[in-house]
Amino acid sequence: MTAHEVSRGYEIVVGLEVHCELATNTKLFCGCANQFGSEPNTNICPVCLGLPGSLPVLNERAVEFALRVGEAFNFDVPERSVFHRKNYFYPDMPKNFQTSQYDEPICSEGTLDVDGVTIRITRAHLEEDTGKSTHVGGDGGRIHGADHSLIDYNRAGVPLLEIVSEPDIRSAEQAARYVEELRATLLAIGVSDVKMEEGSMRVDANVSVRLVGATEFGKRCEVKNMNSIRSVRRAVAYEAERQIDLITSGERIMQETRHWNEDDGRTHSMRSKEEAFDYRYFPEPDLVPVEPTAEMRSLVRSQMPELPAAKRERLIDAWAITEHDARVIVDVPGLAEYAEAAVAVLGGGTPKDIVNWLTGDFLGFLNETGTKLDDSNLRPAGLAELVGMVVGGSISRNQGKDVMADALRSGEAPVAIVAARGIAQVSDAGALSGVLEVVFAANVDALDAYRSGDDKMKKKKRGFLMGEAMKATKGDGNPQLLNQLLDQMLEAL
Amino acid sequence: MTAREIAAAVRTGARSARSVLEEHFARIDVREAELHAFNYLMREQAFGAADAIDSAVARGEDPGCLAGVPVAVKDNFCTRGVPTTCSSKILEGWTPPYDSTAVARLHAAGAVLVGKTNLDEFAMGSSTENSAFGPTRNPHDPSRVPGGSSGGSAVAVAAGFSAIAYGSDTGGSIRQPAALCGVVGVKPTYGSVSRYGLVAFASSLDQIGPFAVDVGDAALALEAVWGYDPMDSTSLDATMDSLSDSLDRGVAGLRVGIVRELTEVDGIAPEVQARVAAAAEALSAAGAKVDYVSVPSVSYGLSAYYLIAPAEASSNLARYDGVRYGRRDAGADVATMNSATRDAGFGAEVKRRIMLGTYALSAGYYDSYYGKAQKVRTLIIQDFARAYEQFDVLLTPTAPTVAFEFGSKTADPLAMYLSDVCTIPTNLAGHCAISVPYGTAEPTSGATLTSDGNPKQLPIGVQVLAPALGEATMFRVAKAIEASAP
Amino acid sequence: MPEVPAPLTRADVMHVAQLARLAITESEAELFTEQLAVILDHANDVASLDIDSVVPTAHPLPLVNAFRKDEVRPSVDRDEVLRTAPDALDHRFRVPKILGDS
Repeated sequence: MTAHEVSRGYEIVVGLEVHCELATNTKLFCGCANQFGSEPNTNICPVCLGLPGSLPVLNERAVEFALRVGEAFNFDVPERSVFHRKNYFYPDMPKNFQTSQYDEPICSEGTLDVDGVTIRITRAHLEEDTGKSTHVGGDGGRIHGADHSLIDYNRAGVPLLEIVSEPDIRSAEQAARYVEELRATLLAIGVSDVKMEEGSMRVDANVSVRLVGATEFGKRCEVKNMNSIRSVRRAVAYEAERQIDLITSGERIMQETRHWNEDDGRTHSMRSKEEAFDYRYFPEPDLVPVEPTAEMRSLVRSQMPELPAAKRERLIDAWAITEHDARVIVDVPGLAEYAEAAVAVLGGGTPKDIVNWLTGDFLGFLNETGTKLDDSNLRPAGLAELVGMVVGGSISRNQGKDVMADALRSGEAPVAIVAARGIAQVSDAGALSGVLEVVFAANVDALDAYRSGDDKMKKKKRGFLMGEAMKATKGDGNPQLLNQLLDQMLEAL
Repeated sequence: MTAREIAAAVRTGARSARSVLEEHFARIDVREAELHAFNYLMREQAFGAADAIDSAVARGEDPGCLAGVPVAVKDNFCTRGVPTTCSSKILEGWTPPYDSTAVARLHAAGAVLVGKTNLDEFAMGSSTENSAFGPTRNPHDPSRVPGGSSGGSAVAVAAGFSAIAYGSDTGGSIRQPAALCGVVGVKPTYGSVSRYGLVAFASSLDQIGPFAVDVGDAALALEAVWGYDPMDSTSLDATMDSLSDSLDRGVAGLRVGIVRELTEVDGIAPEVQARVAAAAEALSAAGAKVDYVSVPSVSYGLSAYYLIAPAEASSNLARYDGVRYGRRDAGADVATMNSATRDAGFGAEVKRRIMLGTYALSAGYYDSYYGKAQKVRTLIIQDFARAYEQFDVLLTPTAPTVAFEFGSKTADPLAMYLSDVCTIPTNLAGHCAISVPYGTAEPTSGATLTSDGNPKQLPIGVQVLAPALGEATMFRVAKAIEASAP
Repeated sequence: MPEVPAPLTRADVMHVAQLARLAITESEAELFTEQLAVILDHANDVASLDIDSVVPTAHPLPLVNAFRKDEVRPSVDRDEVLRTAPDALDHRFRVPKILGDS
């Protein structure tokens, strides 16, 4: 993992344009529901369908969300921002212009720290999304070779925030990490559900390469269609290598838009019919300027949650957990709050124990069963109780796993489950000695090998005997006590 | 009968809305075939609405301030379930799924909609000759234009087809046809009447306003539709001074400025200049202080307007592409289909303005054209502000000439555009203005002769201008002018 | 005094027609070139004004912050809308292929 990747004497230069759909109830300029997966053309009205005579009215919450983003990424929020019309024809755009922001965006000049490196963010601006076309006929739903297209305008007018970075990113890995950090923060401040697979977060990468030490940028290509963070990493890496290949073989880079194909792991030129683009931006006369008031800004500030980077740092310090565990806990929405609630009622063990249980079996169960954290039957207090029993030795770790699975399924409190099922760790030295005697009797060969073997052999056979003893107790034996007794008996041989 | 009289009579049950409507349709049946004021007559719906109003009155309910008043609206107001064409072939087959705010307010006020009136296609024109469905004729002389673009609405009121009518005014499209047809026409302050559901021509200039037979009816008609609308971001959330209450306060002490640059200049016909001078004298006699004022930058108004309005229009009209509603002409791919549809669906003037506006916004020309025009707009606003430091209202002609003959300007777009020279500055500034009929004159040349051999007299309008939200004072002055009219 | 833009050419007209998606004919192009040139020539009184320091007015009224609450309002009936569409299929608007042959 490097922040600055050099290949064959060339460095990679990347700028990212991230579009995220804002998680408002309604669209940017009308009261239609902002909802993914509705029946086609059911969230439409005169405004988002661009019917003659309709007029846009700006969604207050979209502005509030943009201001939150402004806070989160240290943006400068200008006193005034203005919407412009970006004019071009496309059938999924009902007015044949996109209402967007141009030279006066709502946020300008922000930053995002990625693993200690500050990436500058040029701007973040509000704009409306387009409808969705389904291409019929031809090759598997692709636009190329299609016979006709069907358009659903449910998505038309959904609020987007476009966040444009400076070309400060210097490796594919850093590009992926930038997206990860951006995504975690957007999620934490509640402005977007940032699902790349559903398209609520879309990433385009401007990639170029240049000789190390060069001050001018190379010709760049815009890479589109990256549907996961992994594909951002792969696509950027591929595209950079492709460009270096071209340059080193004496060819030129064409400035163009390229399409990432996840299946073949390459980018492909999207060149189609040459069309002159001239967007003829001009101020949208149907909307008035946005001038965030001091009240709006202070309200937004007062509602800002702790940001992921700060939260990770705090948990690493307070709980003595690893960077990796902190990332897992902070990146899963609500999990950090869950962990903090459990730690607050800790009845034995450490916060680290809580985190280990959460990142292990607990998340495993949620993922396997597709359960949402909020819907999980085991609440933080129950988890603390369970961890307390395991750490205190009244049940074994294996029993703890069973109890957790049971609690997650049934919703019973772990203490009640343990009592009802009579689960208890066997900590009776007499009983455990008896178990060991039976194991010794059944494994005379192993004992012989232990006696005559070197340290390595001794260690191996000891491990084997311990395993057999645990098996004999069905995992209920207190491992510490069992270990202790085994050592005594082996010494006495 | 004025709209005020109709509403009063219907509200008290002295007249039925049905009988009022029958009278109006009787006039429509006699003259509409000749004049062509309407694109669509709502006969059946109108009688249904009239009967509903009569029942409401019978039940003791008050149907509203326009109870039983027959009203016509320009065919660029969206009307739910009723074809809305903008006099363009491109909207063939479309009926809006919603009512414009103005139409909804008319229904709520008890008005009876009689039909949708003819206009220059998408309100682009000054003669109603640019309608895809044929021109509207001036009732005073059917060989002449009624003005435009709201020619149908002006004629509906002038010919007694409806008591009041509504139009839209982007550069003079209410006031100029009002002047040419001898009725009152108002362009209210930008933002005072909601534009929601008015099919856009140039969004920063468009404004809805009424036509009426007199100033009192115009006040009533404006008060019925204006006021804040949350569906229009440019709607003014302001308290409007009542117009009807202040109409008769007279003009004693008011300061009236005659705008030199729009009055005593080439291109304004002498007979029109004479009527403005007469109106000024009458105001002076009624106690107003009248003087000349200079508003230098209005000379650039026409040029600025013919950059700004087409620019906004080129974008507003991009949505007519054959995809979602209206006409579609076949094409192998979307772009070809779009172009074929727009070529066949739009008339020459609309195409000309789309081209002009696209050019004015395009890379390399924006600063010289659109950008410059917006700066001129600032200058005009500043010059008006200076004028209004010395004067309460301003006075100008409404149109440079009386109604002209069909075809006399169609080959020369610039000559046609000059019809709006006096009305455009108000739209650029977002202010209000009213045109009041003030006598008649025979045209300088080519007059039609009446049966007794005399040249036909044609109406002339004078225009009163006021700053934003200055309607109350503007109406007082208009009322005084009307009172002195020959 | 700022220079006025060069006179409009027929090539400009063809380019603008393409941007505006208007399939104009040869004779229309001819006529438009002539007519637009006259109008633009008239507009050069504005283009030649030396007013760089003047702030442009995009909007006649000094309104700001016209917002709407983030509350869902009923959508229109899609059948009512699709009924007046030039072509519809499976509750969606149908258009010919988006990419042309080239």
